[in-house]
Amino acid sequence: MSFINYAQREIILKIVYYGPGLCGKTTNIKFIYSGTNPDARGKLISLETKQERTLFFDFLPLSLPAIRGFKTRLHLYSVPGQLFYSASRKLIMKGADGVIFVADSQRARKEANIISMEDLKENLLAYGYDIDKIPFVIQYNKRDLPTAMPVDELREDLNAESKYPEFEACAVAPDGPGVFETLKSVVKMILMELKKTK
Amino acid sequence: MASQMAIFEEEQTAFTQICERLVRDALAKAIFIVDSDGQLITATGETSGIDTTGLASLAAGSTAATGGLAQMLGEEEFPVHFHEGKRNNLHVSLIGDFLILLVIFDERSSLGLVRLRVKRAYNDMDTVLQAVKSRSAEAKDQANDIFGEITDDDIDSLFNDAF
Ligand SMILES: Nc1nc2c(ncn2[C@@H]2O[C@H](COP(=O)(O)OP(=O)(O)OP(=O)(O)O)[C@@H](O)[C@H]2O)c(=O)[nH]1
Ligand SMILES: [Mg+2]
Repeated sequence: MSFINYAQREIILKIVYYGPGLCGKTTNIKFIYSGTNPDARGKLISLETKQERTLFFDFLPLSLPAIRGFKTRLHLYSVPGQLFYSASRKLIMKGADGVIFVADSQRARKEANIISMEDLKENLLAYGYDIDKIPFVIQYNKRDLPTAMPVDELREDLNAESKYPEFEACAVAPDGPGVFETLKSVVKMILMELKKTK
Repeated sequence: MASQMAIFEEEQTAFTQICERLVRDALAKAIFIVDSDGQLITATGETSGIDTTGLASLAAGSTAATGGLAQMLGEEEFPVHFHEGKRNNLHVSLIGDFLILLVIFDERSSLGLVRLRVKRAYNDMDTVLQAVKSRSAEAKDQANDIFGEITDDDIDSLFNDAF
């Protein structure tokens, strides 16, 4: 649910990074933080365990230039991917305008990706959202690893009908290929959605 | 997800006025109103040096988690909670089903006073909240006027400077 503040002339979009544990959600957000002009970013908040696993969420606010006189602010969140944090994941989905599913390309995470996608659909349904109707994109992360599955196989598992835009990424690389592309794509879908409600 | 929350100048001003009064009456340091999804609505009092955007998102997260705990214990909500620190204290209360009121105070005030003043201000805040809700159709029309005209170029240009 986008938030429009007519008094401040700003619109706030909430974008959530979803995906199995260790797939690279936090790494995506950290890369975006480091690659963003300091004027355009706020403080990165990470609520994590001592082992640097996300415990509740990561939060990064970004401000983009004005569009039609309204400042566009992005609030990026990542959920904790570990299975037993299900209750927290659900809370964070509330009010999301768009979702990025980060898949772990490693073969060993094949099942984990599928389970996480099912979990996402359930959590969306709990708020009355249909994954096919919301701004939603998939990122195949960790393309650099030798154990990465072919993209065709990942697609078969997660995007069999090719309904969702998809991006290949390596969030850990210094130039983070695919990371900004994924984010831009979902922002674009959200704004197009706002336009459609006309 | 096409639903939208919007706030107009009038209600924003009304919230700010209520908070300005409450800061004085409760002898508080600062007062914030945040929506349950983590967006800041107003900040009043000694707010400099506070990362208000981060504060709003953490307050919403912590309130959501507290609500989750309440439901596990068979309560609908814990409508008021309180965090006590060495110097600063935080009083958190829900306004209607939608907004969170944060009152930060130190030794110049007391929990009893804050609680009393927050209770007294509640009805005024709830009235403004109802006004916000009643304008949702109007908000939708305005959003359509503004965002219905966006072009691909507009969207592309958003990213030019930031990244
Ligand atoms: N090789 C490789 N490693 C990556 C990539 N992206 C992330 N990683 C590594 O994967 C590990 C986990 O990354 P995180 O970003 O913490 O994973 P997460 O999805 O936030 O995990 P949770 O918080 O538990 O849900 C870290 O050691 C990262 O460095 C990638 O593209 N390639
Ligand atoms: Mg994480």
